[in-house]
Amino acid sequence: MSIFVEVPQAPPVAVFKLTADFREDVHPQKVNLGVGAYRTDECQPWVLPVVKKVEKMIVEDSSLNHEYLPILGLPELRSAASKVALGENSPAIKDGRVGAVQALGGTGALRIGAEFLRRWYNGTNNRSTPVYVSAPTWENHNAVFADAGFTDIRPYHYWDGAKKGLDRTGIMNDLEKAPEHSIFVLHACAHNPTGTDPTPAEWEKIAEVMKRRNLFAFFDSAYQGFASGNLDKDAWAIRYFVSQGFELFCAQSFSKNFGLYNERVGNLTVVAQDKDNLTRVLSQMEKIVRTTWSNPPSQGARIVAITLNNPELFTEWKGNVKTMADRVLLMRDQLKAKLIALGTPGTWDHITEQIGMFSFTGLNPNQVAFMIKEKHVYLMASGRINMCGLTSKNIDYVAESIHETVSKVQ
Amino acid sequence: MMALLKSSRVICNIGTFSRSLGSVSSRNSSFWAEVQMGPPDPILGVTEAFRRDTNPQKMNLGVGAYRDDQGKPYVLDSVRKAEAVIASKQLDKEYLAIGGLGEFNKSCAQLALGADSEVLKNGRNITVQTISGTGSLRIGANFLSRFHSASRDVYLPSPSWGNHTPIFRDAGMLLKAYRYYDPSTCGFDFLGMLEDISKMPERSVVLLHACAHNPTGVDPKPDQWKEISDLMKKRDLLVFFDMAYQGFASGDIDRDAWAVRHFIEQGHNIVLSQSFAKNMGLYGERVGGLTLVCGDAEEAKRVESQLKILIRPNYSNPPMNGARIATTILNTTELYNIWLEEVRLMANRIIKMREQLAANLKSEGSTHNWQHVTDQIGMFCFTGLKPDQVERLTKEFSVYMTKDGRISMAGVTSGNVGYLAHGIHAVTKCYISNNISADLPDNPSERQLRGR
Repeated sequence: MSIFVEVPQAPPVAVFKLTADFREDVHPQKVNLGVGAYRTDECQPWVLPVVKKVEKMIVEDSSLNHEYLPILGLPELRSAASKVALGENSPAIKDGRVGAVQALGGTGALRIGAEFLRRWYNGTNNRSTPVYVSAPTWENHNAVFADAGFTDIRPYHYWDGAKKGLDRTGIMNDLEKAPEHSIFVLHACAHNPTGTDPTPAEWEKIAEVMKRRNLFAFFDSAYQGFASGNLDKDAWAIRYFVSQGFELFCAQSFSKNFGLYNERVGNLTVVAQDKDNLTRVLSQMEKIVRTTWSNPPSQGARIVAITLNNPELFTEWKGNVKTMADRVLLMRDQLKAKLIALGTPGTWDHITEQIGMFSFTGLNPNQVAFMIKEKHVYLMASGRINMCGLTSKNIDYVAESIHETVSKVQ
Repeated sequence: MMALLKSSRVICNIGTFSRSLGSVSSRNSSFWAEVQMGPPDPILGVTEAFRRDTNPQKMNLGVGAYRDDQGKPYVLDSVRKAEAVIASKQLDKEYLAIGGLGEFNKSCAQLALGADSEVLKNGRNITVQTISGTGSLRIGANFLSRFHSASRDVYLPSPSWGNHTPIFRDAGMLLKAYRYYDPSTCGFDFLGMLEDISKMPERSVVLLHACAHNPTGVDPKPDQWKEISDLMKKRDLLVFFDMAYQGFASGDIDRDAWAVRHFIEQGHNIVLSQSFAKNMGLYGERVGGLTLVCGDAEEAKRVESQLKILIRPNYSNPPMNGARIATTILNTTELYNIWLEEVRLMANRIIKMREQLAANLKSEGSTHNWQHVTDQIGMFCFTGLKPDQVERLTKEFSVYMTKDGRISMAGVTSGNVGYLAHGIHAVTKCYISNNISADLPDNPSERQLRGR
């Protein structure tokens, strides 16, 4: 008898199933507003011009080989990535208390951080430290921390469906009530899936409570540059927390802002109180990496490192990022304008108030089902749409579809 | 008093705690005050010391990466050609599926199992792209830990690659060992292995190195594999093959996969990890595969769905670059043939270095039996040197290797093999015994310090 006879069929990962269903759909006007990947106005993937340039440099450099990277990754990537997050003139970096672990995308960075926290934070091998993730959050957050061994993963209030904005009171209450030393997963900017970020003043309040109550800040930064078009602006929250003396983790992804989705480029930035603590932390991170993937992949890391460390290429990259962010902002403006022009029931200010790749439309599951089945517009059950899936050619159809859906379906 | 009682109750409820909880909660001390310094990686330590050494004749025989006869890393011509083809295609960078590049998975399985494999015809394997061999072993271990309820135990050969132990342990398995290497012969302890297998509880997981055993270079002969397979079948054991050196051992892809294919033919539904780090020189691109041979295609689908659930919270989906290169090579006849030739070239250079080392030792006047140097196969040679001899070799001759006496033949060149032989002879000549036997420490945790 097979040893696998008991293995149950697992449900598919929702966001990938959505794309699979979209692919099979033959409707001529179908639109995919599911997966979080950038699309041009022709609805095509976009390999950033600076990436093409750097890839060519790499291919033509015959001195490069495919040797193993160090366990913690390419040093030039790690330091440059941390600088992007914390700022060129970061005092923490100057103090030598910032380190990093190159990881496989943002997911990998979160996972290494989570594994480390489970082993070494709040005691040793303490699986019951509460981990708070926003309600809602990127669906993979739960599994990352659960598979890292945490047994108590809880939501913190975040999205207020009634007012379609941040549940300020809810967040503050949860922060005040959370057990000391709880871990809070914070979206650095462009919250996924709601697109709703705290204002600087709100971040200050959050930081104050977290400091006072000894809560651990674990930033997830997957959209730096992509949210506002400005790297520094999008990193404001992280930098503020660092300036307030927090020891924190920041999981960075270069999937979106470099368009390097499939090369899995990520970085876990570690800010510690001092160099000595940092050194010990990194030595233990190495042990975790060694049994997970041994050492990280080199291609994507090289592309990002070369770009970030060359002033001209860095400027070119910032321009490419702004191009993407600007197109998203344009689509937001236009979608809202069209919905208002159509007289679509409800308020649509949240479309332009929200930021980043995603918008939480406020469509309920019935309405989402209608959008998919009847209008062939694919979006997540939560009502999340990827603004990048909108183009000048399909935006009218999408606006009309939303209008019809909201009018017909309760 | 009540407050103290209350807080200690809270502490009891929470689980394993260090005494440091008090200091951790103080605002002024770091969260990480109690984090211990991790011990240095055994291999990295060797390389670091090697780098610091200024002796112009220094040799790094710790590194598990192929070097050409000039001691340089070797980027395969088939790889360069594949890269040129890929560059010309101007592909996008969209996410791969969780299980990786489909064409890669197909080619990867075919390479291991053989194009005419019944398993492939019936679709009863699930093969996913992984982060090289390590990633493959880890996902496989995680899968077994979650779904192989029959047993928590995994048996590793003594010795094994140092990273096997922490991988399986971190996945939640319990580590056990079976006899494998015989220090008195520097060869295979076949009877010891059979005896240990016969005592294993049914349904235990047993890890086998498919070829070019790391670190000993000692492989069973086909007849011995047959007996091992029969016995494991009788004991209803779950076979987990680690194949990191297909092609690299004998120079022949099919020959090196013989054991894997034999076991499958004999009815074992194996778990298989493959790495393309060595045989394609794609070390840093992290190219690997994990295959589970299932009862039928339907079961393979169920297993696949669960592998995805394991992979997603780990790294979401694997990197494209290396998989693309491997796929291009495996599916382009011209490149495939070039690659086969390059694999043969690398394996043959290693074999030649083994022959030269043994010959040089003889001409140095060594009276010891060095047959194991040429009997062993693959990248590594378990010299039989004892720790103190290794230390002398490092201190006096700047030859860097791991304490267990393992050397990477890949670091040996026609330019330095004479020097190496001279050094080895110098540290062993005063031993009158004909037996160069490394008294391997019997301490499992010592064994596990020997890294890749």
